[in-house]
Parts: sequence; structure tokens; C-alpha cells
Amino acid sequence: MKFGVVVFPGSNCDHDAQFSVTANLGEKAEMLWHRDAAIPGDIDAVILPGGFSYGDYLLCGAIAKFSPIIAAVKSFAAKGGPVIGICNGFQILTESGLLPGALVRNTNLKYICKPVALRIETTNSPFTNQANQGQIVTFPIAHGEGRYTADEATLDQLEAEDRVIFRYVDNPNGSLRDIAGICNKERNVLGMMPHPERATDALMGSTDGLTVFRSIISAFAAK
Amino acid sequence: MATITPDVLTAHNVTADEYSKILSILGREPNLTELGIFSVMWSEHCSYKSSRVHLKKLPTRSKYVLLGPGENAGIIDIGDGLGVAFKIESHNHPSFIEPFQGAATGVGGILRDIFTMGARPIAVLDSLRFGPLDDPQTGTRNRRIVEGVVSGISHYGNCFGVPTVGGECVFDKSYSGNPLVNVFALGVIEKDKVFLGQAHGVGNPVIYVGAKTGRDGIHGATMASDEFTEESKQKRPNVQMGDPFLEKLLLEACLEVMETGAVVGIQDMGAAGLTCSTCEMGSRAGTGIEIDLAKVPQRETGMSPYEIMLSESQERMLLVAVKGREQEVFDVFEKWGLDAAEIGVVTDTGLLRVKNHGQIVAEIPNRELADEAPLYNRPFTKPARKAPLEAPAFTATDVKADLIRLLGSGDICSKKWIYEQYDHMVRTNTLSGPGGDAAVVRIKGTDTSVAISLDGNGRYCSLDPREGAKLAVAEACRNISTVGAQPMAATNNLNFGNPQKPEIMAQLVEAIEGMAEACTHFETPITGGNVSLYNETLGEGIHPTPVMGIVGVLKVTKPAPIEFQSEGKSVVLLGGFRDEDLTRFGATQYANIILGGPWGLPPALDMDYEKRVHSAIRQIVTSGLAESAHDLSDGGLAVALAEASFGGIGARVTLPASGRPELQLFHEAPSRILISTANAQDVRAIADEFQVEAVEIGTTLAGQLVIEDRITATIDELRQPWSTNLEKMLHG
Repeated sequence: MKFGVVVFPGSNCDHDAQFSVTANLGEKAEMLWHRDAAIPGDIDAVILPGGFSYGDYLLCGAIAKFSPIIAAVKSFAAKGGPVIGICNGFQILTESGLLPGALVRNTNLKYICKPVALRIETTNSPFTNQANQGQIVTFPIAHGEGRYTADEATLDQLEAEDRVIFRYVDNPNGSLRDIAGICNKERNVLGMMPHPERATDALMGSTDGLTVFRSIISAFAAK
Repeated sequence: MATITPDVLTAHNVTADEYSKILSILGREPNLTELGIFSVMWSEHCSYKSSRVHLKKLPTRSKYVLLGPGENAGIIDIGDGLGVAFKIESHNHPSFIEPFQGAATGVGGILRDIFTMGARPIAVLDSLRFGPLDDPQTGTRNRRIVEGVVSGISHYGNCFGVPTVGGECVFDKSYSGNPLVNVFALGVIEKDKVFLGQAHGVGNPVIYVGAKTGRDGIHGATMASDEFTEESKQKRPNVQMGDPFLEKLLLEACLEVMETGAVVGIQDMGAAGLTCSTCEMGSRAGTGIEIDLAKVPQRETGMSPYEIMLSESQERMLLVAVKGREQEVFDVFEKWGLDAAEIGVVTDTGLLRVKNHGQIVAEIPNRELADEAPLYNRPFTKPARKAPLEAPAFTATDVKADLIRLLGSGDICSKKWIYEQYDHMVRTNTLSGPGGDAAVVRIKGTDTSVAISLDGNGRYCSLDPREGAKLAVAEACRNISTVGAQPMAATNNLNFGNPQKPEIMAQLVEAIEGMAEACTHFETPITGGNVSLYNETLGEGIHPTPVMGIVGVLKVTKPAPIEFQSEGKSVVLLGGFRDEDLTRFGATQYANIILGGPWGLPPALDMDYEKRVHSAIRQIVTSGLAESAHDLSDGGLAVALAEASFGGIGARVTLPASGRPELQLFHEAPSRILISTANAQDVRAIADEFQVEAVEIGTTLAGQLVIEDRITATIDELRQPWSTNLEKMLHG
């Protein structure tokens, strides 16, 4: 299958995502420029990578949501295409309304980069169908603004609809209800702060992230 | 019109002799803009006028060195048609005045040095020195500086997208009024696609790219060439403001424009900004450059030619393009949303001719300006000794309590609080990150990794700069060897006080000579670096602090960790006990923290023995014999044993009964590495082959560190102060 990796000015995990799906998973990847107004027809899944889109000076993701590519990602998602937003990608998804809630500054007000343990809360998604319910995986986090927040009703709804995909085992940033990753109602858009693409190579210390990409590949194959 | 008065000269740090040289070069009196241009180019920071005579003593060549000192960064060959470009640079003075921006722009500056050559940066390391966090007088300020510097580095490196993979952080009174922020960066480059800062081709356009020019950082280079006084606080506007997002765009745009073939030469605008980049590019190519300042993108109105030429606004580059292919350059920068403006042309006059709206405002020969700064062979005596030579009388009472105190002390405790604020994994190449002996970063698409270690030891150097500098080289090479790599080349950052004081100049000379001897011995030529002088506050100099950055090469493998991995393995001290006397104990962490030192001399170094230890450990780790390997440094054997235990597996070891226990446990003799292995016999065989000692001192076991008849401790009680004290000292 073929992944599209969106490149904003300031994206800096774009190459990592590309390397992960090509070198570590043997799939194809194409870089998509932020000014592109459409997703090419042969793209099967879209990755919004980590980084600092447009510098993120105003509010993470606040400028990115106005970019032509995000309009294209929205219509790609509306047609059921899988979209995964990692770190800054998650921030862009909440800012652009594809996912509810917001990511705000970590409670310790510092950037945090370290591997953290996550619990996979549901296998009912195209991103976790190859995992086990309750499985503990280790992915690195690397963010200053990763504290997930939403109003109580939204949080209740996310839980009621089984849309919390990942939870922190030992909450590093103050996210409400330990949330590390959620999906949309249609379950084809995932946003997560931890970096699965940094955990797809034994040399880097963990291959736990493979399960996310293998799930996407498997969901695609099943179509 | 006589605008150049003695007061004006003083304000520009230009001496009477230097002024007469300016008069003879120009054959007339300079105007104020020209004087400003001379003053920054001839500042210590840009011209190395006090150190150049001695820097010539350093070895700079080997079969691996593709590009030595003189360009923006050095380059070595790592095979597969690739090279790595690397350099270290200081941002000490700005980081004292404005810690966050000072440190951030330090990172930005060195990154530009790397990508201006065509290399993509893949690793940053930092060597930091601060005043003590718990000092009653200066503690509050020192803590504020640490917070600012660390967030500045974090902000810039993380946003730019380069991993900060290691470094060192040391606390000492001598840095209270003058912290050191030395930043190292390394990038990968295709050997046949190296770009130089040279303005070749008469008639070729000179193009300015990147951020607009503002009034920030004017005279930054001159500030960095002066001591700090009470008035220094007023120099805050001299510190530049960094924008890592712009730098990231500039990186991508520069690498992309280099691919077009339309670029002849390129140089970043760092210290002395537009002045330095124009005259250096012209001087290196033997050409002239003519620019018109009215065409320079400006973010403020009413800037004078003086201000535009001397501004150190960040994230700017100057490039010379092939005539007729300007549009290709503009297209790339337009794509990345950056300014690009043709501001001038390469000429055959050899002159830097600066116009403003067509009117000549400065005209100076490039070569004289860039390369003929006055050279000073400043007088030097012997390094002054402040500490006594003789050891005080002392008796250790409780070596376990002493070990716990050392583990929680600033230099030895875990730096997790710092490095967790740095993205040390982005680009997914980090095989060994912060906290190890050396950082290891793989080069994607090859079977090669690069190992990097930064080491300095101001306290050793304060007792003997020559031996201290050698020890710094030895330790960095040992760290590189411990992860299995071959040391290949070096970059150096020489941080010293006021060179106009003969005893300070003596420290610089001795350190350079020691470094030259060691770099020759360990076959690590210096490919570039930085000299930072005038690191003094209110007349008090810092410890002489040469910082070495050594780069080595190895295959792509996960290096042995520093922690013991499993129970029942042999613990081997490669290199042996290397007993030390009391005089050579006086520079250790133990002497300093527990006994109120320092005194005496730094540890004794036998460079032949040291090099054989490097060969032995390389063979041991690359043949997979070591489950763990950890270099002995600060705090000696006891601290190394504790650090190796922090993964949860400790050891039971027995030391020889002879000798004073505190010396045996805590002396810092070099040439030693702690290994755990399932096969002590093969380890010994390799050690024998290289004629170095390998002493089996014990066996690993879970949960405890037992040094027979000396210390029995659970790993938790040792780890607790080590892992939490830095944050406690910072936040109470």
C-alpha cells in the first residue's frame, strides 16, 4: 500500500515516518506538500507527522488547519481513508476539527522526550486491529504541548464510544483520563501524541510501533 | 571630518596600533562604518589574533580529513562516498547576559555552519559549565541561568528537528559569573558535494537569503571579546534573537538550492553578520564583492549602513549564484517562503565595496580585512597556581556516606532533568543517546555509525593545563572506544580568561601544546573549532577549560550499555587499579566535594598505555564479549560501579587489601574501563595481547552493590540521590 506523508514548513518527523513505512515495513510512501490542494488518487493512508508546523508560534496546529492540504485531508477522511496524526499531527487534527478536544502545555511546563508505556484500550480500529486488548507497548513521546483536554461530556462520549485508543500507564503530561490517543466517530482518523514511527526498529530500542502500521496495512488488505 | 576620536576607538575595542594598521591599509582615515567593520573582523572572536600563533601547533591532517580548519566546519571521510561535517562553537557571553536566547542562538549558529557546507545536521551535543546551584551568593542566579540555557537549547534544537544526543554538564564556582555554553553539531554530506564559502566568478550575483536584518546583535563579536563588568547588563540588545522555525526552512531551502547546481559558494551570517560573510567569501576566492545595502531585506526602518553591516540577526545566509541562474535560486526560496534578494556582484577588485542607494559608504580590501588582522604573540609566564601542591591531612570515616554524597553531587548526578527536555530521538538514528559514555548515531543507508564524545575538565586544567588538556583528549577517545568506535578526528573549544594577562596566556599556550601532543598521539587531528577568550567577570578568570569533541566511526550495532545486564557475570576492571598518590588525588571529585580540595596535580596519564586500552576495549566490545562497558571518570571506581548498577543488577567486588580505601575507591586515574562479561578468559586474552591489565574484581548480582570490607548498599539507596538531586537543587 502507499502512504502519503504531509510536509508542512516545520514538519520534522516527516522523514522518520517515511523511513518507518518504507525501510521498516516495506511499503511505499510519498511526500505531500502543504500547498497541494488534493491527495493523489493512489494514496491509501495519510500520515500527519510530528514537528512544528508553521513554527507553531500561535498555538500548535492553528495555522496548519488553514492549509490547502488539510482541506484535502478532510475530504480524504470523509471518504473513509485512514488518517493518522502523530504528535504535531494530533494537534493539527484537533485544531482542524477532525478530532475533539485540544492539546495544551504539559503540566510541568517542559518539553518531555522519553519512552513511555501505553495501554492499547481497544482493538476495534484500523490502527490497532493487530494488537491485543490491554496490551502494553512502549513508544517515545517528544512534546511540550501534549496534555489532552476536553470537556467532561466529550470525554464521557469518547469512552462510551470506545474511541480512546491509547492510554498512558504512567501519565507523563497531565492528559485528562490518561488519554494518549483517540479516534473519530467513524474510527478512520487517529490522533496520538506518542511516536509509533520511532518504535519500528530494534536498533532504536523498540519495535512496538510496528503493530500500528501493520494494523493499517491489514485493514487496507481486508478492504 | 575627524570622526574617529580616541573615545570612538575605545568604544570599538580598537587599539592605537591596530588603528595605525587600518590607516595604512586604507591609506586614509576610515569612516565610522569602516571602523565598525574593522573592529568586528579584527575582534578576538573573529580573528583569533591572540591564539592563532599557537593554534598552528595543532595537528590538522590525516588520510581521513577531507577539509581542515579555515572553512565553516571540518569534514572527515566515513566511507560509502560520504563524509561528516562537524564543529563545536561557544556562546558563552550571550548565555550569561540572556541565557535562553544566548543558548538558543548558539545552537542556531553552529547548525548553520554545518548546513552551509551542504551537510544535513543529524546530531547536536552540548558542553555546559555553570556556577554551583547551592551557592549562597550566586545560587539563585546560577539556577536561573541553567533553566534558561537548557530551555534555549531545547527550544531551538527540538523545533529545528535535530536530536540533542549527549554532552556534559559541570558545576564550579569559577563559572558563576561566566557560564560556558559550547555547542557541537555534526551533519552528513556527500563527499563530492561540499559547498565552500567562496565568492568565485567575477560578475556572478551575490544573493542574500533568509531572515530580514534587524538591529539585534550589533557588536556581538566585540562583546564576546571583552570581559564582563557591571555595565554588561546593558549589553542585552547585543544578544541575538533566534527563530528555529525559520532556520529549519533555511536548512531545507539551502539543501534544495544546492541540488540545482546554481550555487557557486555559500556562507552563513554568524558573528559579524553581513560584514564577515562578504569579506571572507571574497578573501577566500581572491575576489572583490560589491553590495548595495538598500537591497538588503530589513525588518526595521531607518537602519544605518553601520547597523546593517554589523547586525547579527540570525537565520541569514549569503550565497553566490551562477550568473543567469538567479531565478532557480529565487524559486526555491519562494517555495519555502523565505526572502531572497540580489544585493550585489562579485568583482575583480579584491575590495569589499559597500554602497547605500548607490553611494559608496565603505571600501576595504577583502584580504587585509579577513586575513590580515593583527597577530599577537602575547607574553606568557607560567600558569598561576592557586591551589596548594601538598595534600591536607585527612581520614575517611564513612566511605559509603561519601559515595552517596558524590552520587548526588552536581557533576556526577543524573542529567535526566536536562536531557529529557531535548528531543534526542528525532530522525530515528540514535543508537546510544544521553547518559552513555559516547553518543552513537547511525547513518541511514550505510553500515556506518558515528560516535561522538565531548569532554573537558576545568579543574584538572586549573592545576596543570598541559596535562589537563591531554587528559581531556584521552577521556574523549576512551569514551569513543568504549562504545566500539575508532577515534578519527577532533574539534576543540578553548575557553579561557583574558589573554592579555601573561598567566592566563600561559594556560592557553600550555593547553594547546598538551592538546597537540595528545591529538597527535591518539591520531585525532583537529579539523576546526573555536576559541573563546575573556571569560572573566570582575577580573576573575574561569578555570582554563579546553573542551574536546572527538568523532569516531563504527559499524551499525547497538553499543554495549553502561549498566550490568545479568547476574553471575564477571566484573573486570580493564586497565587495572592504576594506583595514585595523594598529590594526584587532589583534583578528584572526592577531594573537591568531601575534602574541600583541590590541591596537587591532575591524575597521571601514560598515553601509550591509554592507547593500548582503547585498542583492547574496542576489540572486546566489537567481538561481543562485553555485556556492559563503562569508562571510569569522575568519582573513580566506586562511582563507576554504582552507575553500572543503576539498571538493577549490582555486583559483589573485592579490592586489594593494601592502600588507603578512599584512594582506591575514588581516585580518577585514566585508562580504565569497567566491563561485565560471561567470558573473562577471552577478555583477559585480548588484554594480554595489547599488554594492558584486566583484573577480575567480582561478580554481578541483583539489587545490591557490595564492595567487600568497604561498602554494602542496596541499589535503590545509591540511585535515589543520583537520579533526583539535580531537580532538587534546581527547585528546592
